[in-house]
Amino acid sequence: MITIAGAGLAGLACAFELAQRGAAVTVYERGEIPGDSSVARFAGGMLAPWCERESAEEQVITLGSRASDWWSKITPVHRRGTLVVAPARDRAELTRFARRTSGHRCVDAAEISTMEPALARRFAQGLFFAGEAHLDPRRALRDLSAKVQAMGAQIRYGTPAPTRVTLDCTGMTAPLPGLRPVRGEMAVLHCPDVDISRTLRLLHPRMPLYLVPRGDGHFMIGATMIESSSDRPVTLRSLSELLNAAFTLHPAFAEASVAETGAGLRPAFADNLPRLTEQDGTLYLNGLYRHGFLLAPAMAQQAAARLIPETTDEDHRERQTA
Amino acid sequence: MQIYGTDITSRLLLGTAQYPSPAILAEAVRASRTEIITVSLRRETADGSGTGFWEHLRQTGCRILPNTAGCHSVQEAVTTARMARELFDTPWIKLEVIGHCDTLQPDVFGLVEAARILSADGFQVFPYTTDDLVVGEKLLEAGCEVLMPWGAPIGSGQGLRTPDALQTMRAHFPEVPLIVDAGIGRPSDAAQAMELGMDAVLLNTAVAKAGDPAGMARAMAMAIAAGRAGYKADPMERRDMAVPSTPVLGMAEFA
Repeated sequence: MITIAGAGLAGLACAFELAQRGAAVTVYERGEIPGDSSVARFAGGMLAPWCERESAEEQVITLGSRASDWWSKITPVHRRGTLVVAPARDRAELTRFARRTSGHRCVDAAEISTMEPALARRFAQGLFFAGEAHLDPRRALRDLSAKVQAMGAQIRYGTPAPTRVTLDCTGMTAPLPGLRPVRGEMAVLHCPDVDISRTLRLLHPRMPLYLVPRGDGHFMIGATMIESSSDRPVTLRSLSELLNAAFTLHPAFAEASVAETGAGLRPAFADNLPRLTEQDGTLYLNGLYRHGFLLAPAMAQQAAARLIPETTDEDHRERQTA
Repeated sequence: MQIYGTDITSRLLLGTAQYPSPAILAEAVRASRTEIITVSLRRETADGSGTGFWEHLRQTGCRILPNTAGCHSVQEAVTTARMARELFDTPWIKLEVIGHCDTLQPDVFGLVEAARILSADGFQVFPYTTDDLVVGEKLLEAGCEVLMPWGAPIGSGQGLRTPDALQTMRAHFPEVPLIVDAGIGRPSDAAQAMELGMDAVLLNTAVAKAGDPAGMARAMAMAIAAGRAGYKADPMERRDMAVPSTPVLGMAEFA
């Protein structure tokens, strides 16, 4: 029996990989409602390794490039790519972003207006990352939880984990040295007047923004990156910056309802990359930082491989002949 | 160089914001061989139980110069400075009172007022100011023992926009440590500041946003050392006509 503490994104992804390898899995989650105590519910849900490479290490691509395939077995994945634009004044940001990333091509005003008619005549140039995708984080957490349970794993909601577990996926509450919180703030806008079908990134020297369509006229916008352990609600400064940036993307957002705001703490190590660590007989998966949905699949596979080393072909043959 | 009675060897002060990760920040700090790093404080950084980020900063072994970045009023700056003193246990404070949202230029009136309040309260203030001489004098009267004139707007990377004014400042305040703060984009900008006789350079974005932050930190340190050495070596004056460096005397005569 494998026991996991935490039914957030990391815990569920590990449960899935372990169940797939035939393990009996029990996940303990102190939250009562699925997904409710997971910071992943505030995530953008972007599967955007090539864009993220702008400020992250190469591993976001090596570990994250197959995340879309993994998630599409579990939840709807919208493979619409990412469109990156910049206001005319900040054209240099686009040049810099292009230089630091790969997997994109330049698009002009005409192509932008074909891809996203709502943005017609708003941006003269952009970058299109065709291989990227997005999903709805809350739906994905629900779907993953359901899938894991259908595979036979137990998830005990409202139940604190026993003192000793096989695998700890408790995010910021894990007692790991070097783990730090990076505060993120986001908002959800409801704006049926604007039709945007793919993830947009607005480059701006002060307030870069991403917008992820959630369907039904809802858009998630985010996200701040603040070195802080405070989980108080979004500040006026951050919110006004996010909303201003959304307005720069399209003036029709002025009429949007701010349907929700949120703030959470991303767990991160010094290199901002996730890590598997063993401490006192427990394996910890932590430090997914801002790359939860992108890197959880690969990290869960690594965790499962550590706990249940897969039988090699040779073992298999030996057993068949025995 | 001495600032508030503390001996400083490195003439590069490094900001700690906007790096891709704390690991890369630490690498850049090592490469720069800086002794002083700045850290900005916002209200939300203080109302938690401190952050792991500060632990990373402390591990660099550098002296920490907290700053009041993003404060737009005297009250806000003073409150932030007091918070910083408690958190980092230092009387040092880099004082920023921002007067304009777009250019982030200092509100020099608020700056002088805040500097007076903080100096009287025992702080050792590093004021982020313009290259205005009168403001500089008022800051010294308020108790500051160092001046940090801007080179260009914060984060703009434009280099020194008014080198003549900085030179005038050097001549006007021969004994006051002058640190160019803000606007440095490339190593040549930093070298130029040092050639003008500035005592040090404070920069952040130029290193944090470089493709290879540690590489740029190293380049900045070398440029600063070169600029300083050049200043001390008393460079020649510029001339508006060519002067042959090979003497005409002794040239072969073909006739």
